[in-house]
Amino acid sequence: MAQTYRSQLIDPLVDNNPITLQVLGICSALAVTSSMQVAFVMALAVTLVTGFSSMFISMLRNQIPSSIRIIVQMVIIASLVILVDQVLKAYAYEISKTLSVFVGLIITNCIVMGRAEAFAMKNPPIASFIDGVGNGLGYGLLLMVVSVIRELFGSGSLWGITILKTVNNGGWYVPNGLLLLPPSAFFVIGLIIWAVRTWKPEQVEEREYKIQTVEGH
Amino acid sequence: MEGLISLAVKAVFIENLALSFFLGMCTFLAVSKKISTAMGLGISVMVVQALTVPANNLILTKLLAPGALAWAGFPDVDLTFLGLISYIGVIAALVQILEMVLDKYFPPLYNALGVYLPLITVNCAIMGGSLFMVERGYNFAESATYGLSSGFGWALAITAMAGVREKLKYSDIPDGLQGLGITFITAGLMAMAFMSFSGVKL
Repeated sequence: MAQTYRSQLIDPLVDNNPITLQVLGICSALAVTSSMQVAFVMALAVTLVTGFSSMFISMLRNQIPSSIRIIVQMVIIASLVILVDQVLKAYAYEISKTLSVFVGLIITNCIVMGRAEAFAMKNPPIASFIDGVGNGLGYGLLLMVVSVIRELFGSGSLWGITILKTVNNGGWYVPNGLLLLPPSAFFVIGLIIWAVRTWKPEQVEEREYKIQTVEGH
Repeated sequence: MEGLISLAVKAVFIENLALSFFLGMCTFLAVSKKISTAMGLGISVMVVQALTVPANNLILTKLLAPGALAWAGFPDVDLTFLGLISYIGVIAALVQILEMVLDKYFPPLYNALGVYLPLITVNCAIMGGSLFMVERGYNFAESATYGLSSGFGWALAITAMAGVREKLKYSDIPDGLQGLGITFITAGLMAMAFMSFSGVKL
């Protein structure tokens, strides 16, 4: 059993990453990654919400009638998100201001719903909790990678500490302003997906059309 | 009136929900393979958005905001912390009602949009629209305008994306970039194009 818990925790990190492979939870992944601190808080919040919502939903799975299960899941998730939101407002007000609506949007983050529906409804609480945490971590990992790239090259710092001194402050590094703008997140994630799929060729999607070479030219 | 028009233009182009706030990305990337389905989904999002944002605005001003319960004799009650759960409840209920109304009175429309409606409940664009309405403190008229136009902006973006992807499937893309990867990069290019609206002030 220990082995399966471990693989449940590790699998979503690369082999079955919620963002690059399952296409879940992309909205917030793009919007909160321009600085590491914010991305870290977001990753933590999502991991906690996914873990606990999976656990509670799994505890209730035999009581929930299937016709209203979406609403029940929503209520559980929304209550947890309210909790996170209130805690953030109380102890990390600045970060909660930067995250603005994206904390609330954890409710509709597809990772949470997706794991609840796909895993927690069929499995016991502890396994569901670990599955939820694993997927949250997989999401967090990608979030951190993207935010390191964006913060380091976009503003020459990591975690708010200057690493590459920028020209404006008398240093040598000319920051790439594009990386602070929203579209860069798309490019960075697109390139990460490319890299991951080159590393793990079994993740490559099939072409919809075969490209044929015409002979005799 | 001028304020409302400028709000609408801003919501459609400058602050496009899909391309500058990345809301509704999951469906945006998953359901943009064909123009016809993308358009169906876009229209459903627009309808739901136009209904839920003003509805949530009413909920906020009449029930949740500090002092909003004065009419019921509780002038000191502040229920804003219940916001998130109420908005998602309103969204889920409205989507369900819309589904039933369409099924009963407009069967052809129901057949065309039916499969997308449940998806919309968990579409972040809808929830995001309501949360932006709260954060920016829109009044009722503004939130109705914002709901309709931000939904339209989302529909526009997903239809354009589907148009690009329909052409793109015949091109020779590196193996690892196939599918999701190239879709991300296309969306990035589109977002950059939409950014050129950002200087526009009305």
